[in-house]
Amino acid sequence: MATTTITPRSAGAASARRASGFGLALTAFFAILRRDVVVTQREFIAFLMQVLIQPLFFLFIFGKVLPQIGLASDGFSALLLPGIVSLTTMLAAMQGVALPLVLDLGYAREIDDRLLAPMPRLLVALEKTLFAALRGVIAGAVIFPLAWWILGSQYSVRTDQIPALIGLLILTALMGATLGLVLGVLVKPEQIGLMFSLIMTPLLFTGCTFFPWSGLSSIKWFQIVTLFSPLTYASEGLRYAMTPAVQIAGHTVTLATLDMRWVLLALVVSIIGFFFLGAWKFIRRVVS
Amino acid sequence: MATTSSLMSANTSQAPASPPLAIEVRDLVKRYARATSNAVDDVSFHVGRGEIFGLLGPNGAGKTTTIGVLTTFVRPTSGYIRVMGEQLSRGAQSIKQRIAVVPQVSNLDRSLKVREILTFHAAYHGVPRREREQRADALLDQLGLGDRKNEKVTAYSGGMVQRIMIARALMHAPDILFLDEPTNNLDPQSRLFLWERIRELNAEGLTILLTTHDMEEADQLCQRIAIMDHGKVLVNDTPEQLKKIIPGGTALELRVRAAEGVAAGAAAADSTERVLAALRALPGVTQVDELHASVEAPSSPAPAGPWGGGAGSGGSGESGGDAPDERGVATYRLYAEDVSALIGAAAQAALAAGAEVRDLRVQRPSLENVFIYLTGRNLR
Repeated sequence: MATTTITPRSAGAASARRASGFGLALTAFFAILRRDVVVTQREFIAFLMQVLIQPLFFLFIFGKVLPQIGLASDGFSALLLPGIVSLTTMLAAMQGVALPLVLDLGYAREIDDRLLAPMPRLLVALEKTLFAALRGVIAGAVIFPLAWWILGSQYSVRTDQIPALIGLLILTALMGATLGLVLGVLVKPEQIGLMFSLIMTPLLFTGCTFFPWSGLSSIKWFQIVTLFSPLTYASEGLRYAMTPAVQIAGHTVTLATLDMRWVLLALVVSIIGFFFLGAWKFIRRVVS
Repeated sequence: MATTSSLMSANTSQAPASPPLAIEVRDLVKRYARATSNAVDDVSFHVGRGEIFGLLGPNGAGKTTTIGVLTTFVRPTSGYIRVMGEQLSRGAQSIKQRIAVVPQVSNLDRSLKVREILTFHAAYHGVPRREREQRADALLDQLGLGDRKNEKVTAYSGGMVQRIMIARALMHAPDILFLDEPTNNLDPQSRLFLWERIRELNAEGLTILLTTHDMEEADQLCQRIAIMDHGKVLVNDTPEQLKKIIPGGTALELRVRAAEGVAAGAAAADSTERVLAALRALPGVTQVDELHASVEAPSSPAPAGPWGGGAGSGGSGESGGDAPDERGVATYRLYAEDVSALIGAAAQAALAAGAEVRDLRVQRPSLENVFIYLTGRNLR
C-alpha cells in the first residue's frame, strides 16, 4: 500500500458499523441535532433579528403608542402580550423548518447527506421539527424581557402560572414547527411569497393575537372562523397563563378565555395531525 | 478483482457462488408516478467487490435512476436488489452505513465550513470524534484542500466542490462509492486528478460504481461496463470485450450529400433509401445505419443535444443536427468483417445511387462506436 493512502478502512468506522441499528440511529439523530445547534449558534444574532423585529413593532405600536394617544385602553397591552408571545413562538418555529425545507427539497438538497445517515428518514423530519420548536421557544421567551422594556409600567404578567406558561409555550412551538413541516414539504421554492400572503397573514389575523376570543361574541361568524386557526388556541392558552386578574369595582375579575381543555386538545391534535401529514409527505418527497 | 466476463445479460439464476458480490440487481423496474414508460426497464447486473463498474449511456438512459435505487433514494417498482449482501428492501439502514454517494450536482451543506462538512458527515455515521477529526485532516490534505478547510463552500469551483464531496463520501469508510457523472462539469485537469483518485481508491479495495456518458472515462476507468439506453442494459462486459461486439472491430463511415442539391422532402428521403440499399448490397456488409445525431470526429465531440433520446434538433455549427440536414448531407455507418476492403466499393455505390461523397473514414474500435453500432445513435 502506498504511503499516501486515502485509506477507506478504519477501526472506528468499523466499530460504528457493528453497532446496533438503534444505537446507530440514536447517534446519528444527535449528530444532526448538534449540526443544527452549531449552525444556529453561529447566526444567533441574525436569528433573533429575524424573529424579533416584528413583535417588537407590534408591542411598540399596539401596546405603547395606541394606548398613549388614546386609541386603546390601558389594559389592552396585558391582553396583547400573550398574543404576541404566541404569534412569535409559532412563527419562529414554523419558519425554522418551513423555509430551509422548501429550499432544500426544492433544489439545494443539502439535506441529502443527513438522509443518507444510518437512521430511518422519519427521524430526520422529527429532528428538524424538534429543533425548530426549540427556536420557537427561545424566540417566545425573549419576548418577555423585550416587552418589559417596551411596555414599562404597562407590563403585567401573572406569575402564579409559570409551569402552565412554559408548557403552553412548548406546545405552541411544536404546533408551529409541525405546521412548518407540512408547509416545508408542500410548498415549492417559487411559492414562498405566496405562502407568506396566503397562509401567514390569515393565520396572524384569525389567531386571536390582538384580541381575546371572548371579546368577539358580538361578531359571531368571525368568532367561529377563529376557531379554525390553531393559533387561536395558543393565544388563548397563553392569555390564560399570563393575564393577571384585575380589580373592578372591588371584585377580582379574571379574563374569560377559551376553556383550557379545548385549548390543550386542539393544540395536541394539531401537533399530531400536522406531524404525521408532514412526515408522510416528507418521506414521499425524499424517496421517489 | 472479479473481471470475469459475464456476457450480455448477466444470468443470475444460480446462487452467487464464492466471491461475494458488492451489488446485485435483478429485474429492476422503476416507473415514476404518472410516467408513461419505465425509467428503468428490467435491468439486471452485478458488481463484484473491489471492482470499478460503469453505467454508460446518454442522458435519460436510466443511469441516475438506477443509482438512486441503489442508494435508497428511489423506491424500485419491482426487482430484487442486494447491496453488500443485504437485501435493499429490508436493510436500508445498514446499507446506508456501507455506501457513499457523490451526486451530479453539489449538495454540500453550505452552512458549514469545509472541514465541518466532513466531520459532521462522519458523526452522522457514528465515527468517533478523534478519528473523524484525524480522517478529515488527512483527506483534506490528500485532496489538496488542506489550506481552505475553514472556509465555507459558496465560492468554490466545480472541481473543488467535487473533491469535497468525495472527501465527505470517504469519511465513514464506505465499502461502495457511487459516483454519478463524476467528471461532467470538470475542466480537463480536474478530470485527470479525479481519475487518479478513483484508481487509487479502487486499489485500496473500494468498490466503485460510476455513471458517465463519457466513453473515454468509461474506457479508462472501468473494469466492466453496462451500456444503457432507454432504461435497458444493452450489453454488459469488459471494455475489451465490448469493443469486439462490432464485427471486424471497425466501421466505415460515409458522409454523403444528395445529388443535384435536391435537399428537401421526398427527394431527400428517396436518395437516403437509394444509398442505404446500395450500401447494403455490398458483399460482406453485415449492417448499415444512418446516424441520427451529428457524428463529427470523435475527438471533438458534437454539440450535445438536450437529451440523447430522440434525434437531436437544431443543428449548430456546420454539421450538427439531424441527418440528412437541410443541405442534404447524411452520415452512414457500414459494418463488415473487413471494412477497409470496401472503401472503394462503398464510395462507388454511393455515387451510383446518385449521392456525392463528402467524407469517408474508418472508425477504430471504441466504446463510442460500440454504442453507435448498438443504437444507431451517437451517445451525446
